[in-house]
Amino acid sequence: MQEQGTIARHTISVIVDNEAGVLARVIGLFSGRGYNIESLTVASVDAEAKRSRITVVTTGTRMVIEQIKAQLDRLVPVHKVADLTVDGKFVSRELALVKVRGEGEKRVEALRLADAFRANTVDSTRTSFVFELTGSADKIDAFVELMSELGLVEVARTGAAALSRGADGL
Amino acid sequence: MTTTDTQILPAAAETAEMLSGAQMIMRALGELGVEVIFGYPGGAVLPIYDEIFKQNSIRHILVRHEQAAVHAAEGYARSTGKPGVVLVTSGPGATNAVTGLTDALLDSIPVVCLTGQVARHLIGNDAFQEADTVGITRPCTKHNYLVKDPALIPDIIYEAFYVATNGRPGPVVIDLPKDVQIEKAPYKLSGQKAHRTYRPQVEGDEEKILDAIRLLAKAERPIIYSGGGVINAGPEASELLVAFARETGIPVTSTLMGLGAFPASDKQFLGMLGMHGTWEANHAMHDCDVMLAVGARFDDRVTGRTDAFSPGSKKIQIDIDLSSINKNIPVDVGIVGDAASVLKRMVTLWRDLKAKDHQPSLDAWWKQIAHWRAKKCLSYTDSTDVIMPQKAIERLQALTADRNPVISTEVGQHQMWAAQFLGFDRPNCWLTSGGLGTMGYGLPAAIGAQVAFPDRLCIDVAGEASIQMNIQEMSTANQYKLPVKVFILNNEFMGMVRQWQDLTYDGRRSESYSDALPDFVKLAEAYGWKGIRVSDPKDLDAAILEMINHDGPVMVDCLVSKIENCFPMVPAGAAHNEMLLSGDVVVQPSSDEARAVV
Repeated sequence: MQEQGTIARHTISVIVDNEAGVLARVIGLFSGRGYNIESLTVASVDAEAKRSRITVVTTGTRMVIEQIKAQLDRLVPVHKVADLTVDGKFVSRELALVKVRGEGEKRVEALRLADAFRANTVDSTRTSFVFELTGSADKIDAFVELMSELGLVEVARTGAAALSRGADGL
Repeated sequence: MTTTDTQILPAAAETAEMLSGAQMIMRALGELGVEVIFGYPGGAVLPIYDEIFKQNSIRHILVRHEQAAVHAAEGYARSTGKPGVVLVTSGPGATNAVTGLTDALLDSIPVVCLTGQVARHLIGNDAFQEADTVGITRPCTKHNYLVKDPALIPDIIYEAFYVATNGRPGPVVIDLPKDVQIEKAPYKLSGQKAHRTYRPQVEGDEEKILDAIRLLAKAERPIIYSGGGVINAGPEASELLVAFARETGIPVTSTLMGLGAFPASDKQFLGMLGMHGTWEANHAMHDCDVMLAVGARFDDRVTGRTDAFSPGSKKIQIDIDLSSINKNIPVDVGIVGDAASVLKRMVTLWRDLKAKDHQPSLDAWWKQIAHWRAKKCLSYTDSTDVIMPQKAIERLQALTADRNPVISTEVGQHQMWAAQFLGFDRPNCWLTSGGLGTMGYGLPAAIGAQVAFPDRLCIDVAGEASIQMNIQEMSTANQYKLPVKVFILNNEFMGMVRQWQDLTYDGRRSESYSDALPDFVKLAEAYGWKGIRVSDPKDLDAAILEMINHDGPVMVDCLVSKIENCFPMVPAGAAHNEMLLSGDVVVQPSSDEARAVV
């Protein structure tokens, strides 16, 4: 169990009614109470039941994380809150689009590294690439860092989408 | 998880009548048993006001400012236990209501506030009297709705009342575009059995309740710390609190919001705790070995410096709101549930397990408490030349106690003196702005209570500064012949600000003098009230009796000692057992850190 005062990163899944304002409620809760958001991903996941899944990566002490979960849980349109970090093993993936500009050896090196990271090339010109990469936040960080030496132009990232491992769902 | 089995919506009707949005609103409010609406008309709610005009079953009280409408609804709610209903127009109507909504959120008062909105096609166009009401009120309500389809009105109104009154109560806003109020749709309820997401846990976890009983049965220095949640849980919760205290012999202290849940005249009562709490209550909280918090949230006014708060105790907390548990102070046993339901189980278990037989003697603890009580922390130096504010409240208590009055307050020194010196033996008689500390709360709150109880004595204990923040409501009281009494402790200062400036800013009384005060007696008369001024201690009783015996609204301008401070006081940045008493030499806070703790 996490020590009282130490700050840890948690990945939290929130199932909400897909209605106007629900994202504003969640974001307002974090900003209004001074909680940290490292990343936040939201999309409709069940059109019939009109539900969306929010995946939020946050950091805090044990008490703060418990507060965040309790505060999320009492929002009226929230169905369920799960702390994937506490509940067991989980998989977490992010998608990034990484634009790199370069010529000659640097261009070849970028392509080689992209291949090593299993990135797809989704756009290319004679002087640039856009790579599509999925993986853990660490993997994407590592790739972006490598590209920064090879002509990195810009990056777009989705934030984490995460599910628990095993057969059970939320 | 345990859930309530209350059906939130009645079964769907076979045939649905076509009604305008405004008609549906009035129909739904009527079905929900609403008796009174506090409101103020305007362009965006004219269709609803037209429906109000056409009926007689729901009373409308016209306030003079929308903030006061919410406070009046709060006063109505707090004194009756029923939700208060507010109706205001769009734009400034809604923004004026924001302070009241925030007040209701912080004090967990059930209020449903209907706001007008510009027509749907104008939303977002910066239309006349347009404000993003759901955006503005999102952080200051428990929940809010923007109704874009008139067919949804019945379900949303039923749901709003369910949300406002279940779990931890709070304010709910329903924003209604004007064209939605006019458009017709079938009046049909979906007949949903339970709320799709919001099902607060009412019954506590049995294992945790047993843990609590085990801890309390072993405790040598136990204390019960009771809060506003006990009052929100209804009169039964107060009775069960008394029953549990009787069974166990444990001393009881109360927060500002919880006063009245446990009888102040009971010998087991230690008085209010916290920043201006009693010596005995704060010391007992600090030195206890087991603390039972019921419907109380370890607010900073209660704890003082958190690292020095009750360091040696095991803490049990009962709260309907999971997010209140472990928020400020970590507890050993957190029980999510309704105060009445959990206390009932605790009383039963205590008896069934014969816990009394194993309980250590509390004699030494009570002896220690008697020692603290002997400090007589509320004592003050009386005077024959000038009315002491504490004296005025003591006499008010003595002369009104047999009438079981409803007391409201504004915010400041007078509020703390009222809390210290008015003993409340029953719940729902004490209306005060505890969480938000809203000056201007007391008069409209007293009006709301007086609307609910036309024959009861309703008194707003006020200060000369606070009363001016919603003084226009004197007109409301006059219009509806509400015999509310306003008892002003006039010390010509924003007394609590002045007290803090004297104690922590070397007496630099920056802008805290109440200059250019109105003549409150003439002001009262101008509003059709009776006005009384009293300044000589010899005349105090007569003035109070004249006030309570007058059949109509009365404002008493009670001129009191100008620079009296409110003690005991836990000063800025201090631990809760480091209290100043009247006559103590005050040491200025040594650090900016301490000064920053307001």
